[in-house]
Amino acid sequence: MTQGKVSFGGITKDVCLAYVPGVVVGDYVVVHVGFAISRIDENEAAEVFRLLEEMNETAELKIPQPS
Amino acid sequence: MKFIDEYRDEVATGTFIRAIHALVTRPWTIMEICGGQTNTLMKFGIDRLLPDAVTMVHGPGCPVCVTPLELIDRAVAIARRPGVLFTSFGDMLRVPGSESDLLTVKARGGDVRICYSPLDAVKLARIHPESEVVFFAVGFETTAPANAMAVWQAARLGLGNFSILTSHVLVPPAIEAILTSPDNRVQGFVAPGHVCAVMGFREYEPIALRHGVPMVVTGFEPLDLLQGIYMTLLALEGGRFGVENQYARAVTRDGNMAARDLVERVFEVCDRPWRGIGMIPGSGYRLRPEFAAFDAEKRFEVADVTACESSLCIAGDIMKGRKKPRQCPAFGSLCTPERPIGAPMVSSEGACAAYYHYARTG
Repeated sequence: MTQGKVSFGGITKDVCLAYVPGVVVGDYVVVHVGFAISRIDENEAAEVFRLLEEMNETAELKIPQPS
Repeated sequence: MKFIDEYRDEVATGTFIRAIHALVTRPWTIMEICGGQTNTLMKFGIDRLLPDAVTMVHGPGCPVCVTPLELIDRAVAIARRPGVLFTSFGDMLRVPGSESDLLTVKARGGDVRICYSPLDAVKLARIHPESEVVFFAVGFETTAPANAMAVWQAARLGLGNFSILTSHVLVPPAIEAILTSPDNRVQGFVAPGHVCAVMGFREYEPIALRHGVPMVVTGFEPLDLLQGIYMTLLALEGGRFGVENQYARAVTRDGNMAARDLVERVFEVCDRPWRGIGMIPGSGYRLRPEFAAFDAEKRFEVADVTACESSLCIAGDIMKGRKKPRQCPAFGSLCTPERPIGAPMVSSEGACAAYYHYARTG
């Protein structure tokens, strides 16, 4: 059963890594009751910020421009 | 902290709040399933930033709230026995049973200890061979892999003094029960991100199709919740249904195969009663027969413990989305986090406790 150390914003805990095979030092994981249950996909994590940019651009286009 | 701070950003959340206000044309009722999400909604005041037309109701995704009263009473009965070292997640200790709770057992000299992880309980069983170590294994699909691993490790180590008192529950049958209830008012779901991190969301697809409702698998930070609610409203306003995934940074359609595999080896699906809701077919896990040696209910004869629920508590109506905590006559007076009558007032994931802590009056 693979164990590893996970830093929670500075507080380090021993966490079971058995459910995230292939995880490497520097990865981010979701931890629940001492078990990593998911590895964070950084590309997917950035998706919402790309969407927000689009939404803001669309909103700006909707603002009536002075003629 | 990375992947936390940016999901609490005021400017980013503001964009979704404005988009939601621009989108909504009529009243909608949306249920967030998970108590962790209820807490985020209240803690960050998201419920107050939504249009009046959007009503958020709070689902049964709080393990402390739905663990049957009988099981709390059995936990108390086991923990009282001499020679038993009873272990549990911290928030189960104050859950009121029929006449007592685990914290009272501890105060009266019982060996009741809080564990962060079920593996801590396995460790205690190794270093205390003279004690019967029992772990109170409650929770949803998110916690099942941890409890499965604890039993698996105990079996591997040949620990004869370790057992679990289990009351695992499953989300999809509960959603089905809510949607088939004759007085259901829920039109869309913010589905539980961490349950789906383990299980994936294939199981939700036929339910969404059958009932014609949108479900959005959603994370736990303010930006996640707002995007999840926005996506649910987009589907509702557009007349669309089906499952979408807001929480793709942690959730895939198939979930965590390694975790699901061990859960499948250790547990099997069974009918389970939910506190405040009643029996839901196929809504829980129990240990498979080959792990019966680790079943605390078999090891300690506690089947004759009978339970008696408070007649005041309206937890069932709250968890089915019919009522809000404030509609309970006991809320904040007879029932408080310090002296809870009902389970939803205990845990930070309970809707009543969240309303109480964040002073919601509506």
